[in-house]
Amino acid sequence: MLNWSLILNNFSIKFNAVSNFLKNKNLNYKKAQSLINNTLVDCDDGELYLEDTKSESILLDDNKIKSSSFKRDTGYGLRGVIEDKVAYSHSNDISEKSLEMSCDNIKSTLKHSNGKYNHSINKTNQKFYDEIDPIENKSLGTKIELLKEINKYVRSKDECVKQVTANFLGEHKNVEILRPGGELFTDSRPLVRINVSILVEKNGRKETGMYGVGGRQSYDNYLKNDDWKKICDEAFRMAYANLESKPSPAGEMKVVLGPGWPAILIHEAVGHGLEGDFNRKKTSVFHDLVGKKVASDGVTIIDDGTIDKKRGSLNIDDEGTPTEKTVLIENGILKNFMQDRMNARLMKTKSTGNGRRESYKHVIMPRMRNTIMLNGNNTQEEMIKSVDKGIFAVSFGGGQVDITSGKFVFNCTEAYEIVNGKIGSPLKGATLIGDGPSSLKQVLMVGNDMKLDPGIGTCGKAGQGVPVGVGQPSMLIDNMTVGGTQL
Amino acid sequence: MVPSFRMLKEDEHLKKLAENFLTNLKKSGASDSSVLISNSVSESVNIRNKKLDGSTRSDSINVVLTAYVGKKKSSISSSNLEEDHINELIKKCVDTAKITPEDELNSLPDSELYFKGIKNLDLYDETFIENSKKIDFIKEAEEQAFKKKEIVNTNGSGFSQNKSNFILANSNGFIDGYKSSNFSAYCEVVAKSNGSMERDYEFSSKRFFNDLLEPKEIGQKASELAINKLKPRKIKSKKMKVVFDKRIAKNFLSSFANAITSSTIAKGTTFLKDKLNNQIFNDKINIVDKPDIIKGIGSRYFDIEGASTNKLNLVENGVLKNYLIDTYNGKKIKMKSNGRASGTTNLFFENGHEDYKNLLNSSKEIVYINETFGSGVNIITGDYSVGASGFMVQNGEFIYPISEITIAGNLNEIFNKMVLGNDLEFSYSTNSPTMFVDELTIGGK
Repeated sequence: MLNWSLILNNFSIKFNAVSNFLKNKNLNYKKAQSLINNTLVDCDDGELYLEDTKSESILLDDNKIKSSSFKRDTGYGLRGVIEDKVAYSHSNDISEKSLEMSCDNIKSTLKHSNGKYNHSINKTNQKFYDEIDPIENKSLGTKIELLKEINKYVRSKDECVKQVTANFLGEHKNVEILRPGGELFTDSRPLVRINVSILVEKNGRKETGMYGVGGRQSYDNYLKNDDWKKICDEAFRMAYANLESKPSPAGEMKVVLGPGWPAILIHEAVGHGLEGDFNRKKTSVFHDLVGKKVASDGVTIIDDGTIDKKRGSLNIDDEGTPTEKTVLIENGILKNFMQDRMNARLMKTKSTGNGRRESYKHVIMPRMRNTIMLNGNNTQEEMIKSVDKGIFAVSFGGGQVDITSGKFVFNCTEAYEIVNGKIGSPLKGATLIGDGPSSLKQVLMVGNDMKLDPGIGTCGKAGQGVPVGVGQPSMLIDNMTVGGTQL
Repeated sequence: MVPSFRMLKEDEHLKKLAENFLTNLKKSGASDSSVLISNSVSESVNIRNKKLDGSTRSDSINVVLTAYVGKKKSSISSSNLEEDHINELIKKCVDTAKITPEDELNSLPDSELYFKGIKNLDLYDETFIENSKKIDFIKEAEEQAFKKKEIVNTNGSGFSQNKSNFILANSNGFIDGYKSSNFSAYCEVVAKSNGSMERDYEFSSKRFFNDLLEPKEIGQKASELAINKLKPRKIKSKKMKVVFDKRIAKNFLSSFANAITSSTIAKGTTFLKDKLNNQIFNDKINIVDKPDIIKGIGSRYFDIEGASTNKLNLVENGVLKNYLIDTYNGKKIKMKSNGRASGTTNLFFENGHEDYKNLLNSSKEIVYINETFGSGVNIITGDYSVGASGFMVQNGEFIYPISEITIAGNLNEIFNKMVLGNDLEFSYSTNSPTMFVDELTIGGK
């Protein structure tokens, strides 16, 4: 599931290095190392994951600063893996006593294990974001002032603006991954988001518009040169367009998707179904389709963790594997699944650096990073011209998929009717529903205007939310069911 | 005997910490303050295809500190409760409050609203289930499911035991908290036949271990639900009469609750603004939020602010009688908190008069919906549009499964037309009987 959720959310490899976490705590590096060596010796894989996350949320709502809050979360998670079994124990208490308890817990689940620990992890010096603390990087006072200015600016645009909500979400996550034998991997991950949502009212009708930006760099990179006004303008444009919207049609029709954020269709329709765990367990509709045609010619989809400063990028994943650019579908043919270490080992392939977790409180799963459909040759204009009756979908609130049946939905927050090759009235929030494996075979045209989303997506899976990115060019789909009220 | 490390931190320990933090907040310059310390220990196991898939043990503690400096406010949360660290955060919290703009509505709840009653709702079960017993329990559920030949795989099944404790204290003298427990088991299976693959689940979640559904019952239900979905058809777009299964009908209550929460009322971002004492459902509909159900999944003594949580009749004979109110937004709309800063408790539609069979027979052709997906509810306009799957029902009989359809309408219209069954059960914290709605737009072929 991918959401517009408002929840928050220098890399180096050192060998036998000293952990930053285990300096001043009730646990020293040597002791931790000996405990995990002991516990994981008969396992196939596993690690001690340490995390220290600072986060902030500053919210302006209803003309006021409604909250300014700060959070500090530290803890560890110890994982032992044998064959397809995972034992996990986590705590906030980084102490010898607590870690011993976790070791006992892991051993009791994985008793009689007789694994062969796999030490191999590729090393890299790749770095896709700077080691900065975005929270300290901009003073609270200036953030509050800017939120007030945003409020003033949006309200001055038109008297139909009735509510403005704006917030800054910042996070700085430091992780260390300690593996038996003294391997230590570290990463320092900044992440920010700036959101503006607007409620407009005119002639008794209320509509909303939302826009946001973000990524793995300081707030100022998104705000300089009055760039913050563009965020406001876009949210206002969407809200204002919706004031004129009419009820959406129901039934099957052609759909043109705009570039950028509408790629949540890719994320839901095929992305989740190509995650290693579902395919290893054979519960995904795609599990036996590698090498087969799953999409129209010209459709190429990648999952890329290496894009500079993007929300879904990572230097290393949460198992220590360097991220990469993984080709999922090439010219319509299914090439690869996204893998973490365990699912890769069980499927006799290698990790693609997709092993992620929300925090130390969560187990590793294969998760998407930045999932992108690459450019084709068509123009958006051609696509719209070719449609007699259909929908032009520009923005979405969120989407969801049922991996097993392949059915997915997403909710339009900005869409227009297409009548006789021309864009018509805006349409009221409609749901689009489709079937993952067949929908990409119905792609009639792929545009040449690929865009990444502005940095706002949080993907939810099994109760864990992780920041992700999506991207695509405009795209024409032959047949999708639109869930409106008008027959 | 339960080993001590598996236990929660005791009330007295948490209370002492909370009192220390309050003292330090005051010393650092907070005029008012509150402290919430929560601690939980949970253990879960997952199995797949009747074999152990994994186990998770989780031990967490967290504190939320809120400092008021006059009418300025800030809050900080931390999972590290070491004294030096907390003292540093307290200072940061007060400093942050000082530069945060004033808001005249910021305050702790009025003294007369705090909970002072007796805690007798039986929300904590001491029972400790060993992992091996958890595995046996949930394995029995999967074994039952696999007795059906169409069940070829599982998405995983699990059992979890969660125990938690918290203390809330503030500078008005309130200090209280309590332990609660939750045991839950779920089974999610995959059915396959002639190239069609479908999944479905059943679960049970209770405060007390002994109240859980029998594992066989969970496995049986999950397998039937998944098998019944095999080989679905897509139907033509048209207006149809719809029956919502209980597990979907309850979602309308959640949307309703969002729409009458004081924060949305205060901002005007709800289609139910200014509807207090107005008819918003037909006159057969009654909605209750009841916090004092013994062993209730949603039961609660007081909310996150310490305000007493009493029974509320939200809708009587279709008329909206109460909003869900917290202190801050209550002041904004000039109403007193009714202890709903943490949302609803055990929220339900009272039973209607129709039995299940009658609802299915209320028209020659009905779509029965037991799964919806997507977040297609807009509480500002009341517009409703979701993806769905379920069954075609003709003359009261289930004929074939349907999928890849959408249902669309408006909540005003749905509230006005709904007819409720008499089969209310308390499986969740929000519950509805089976629901019939006369005509919604189905999007299909």
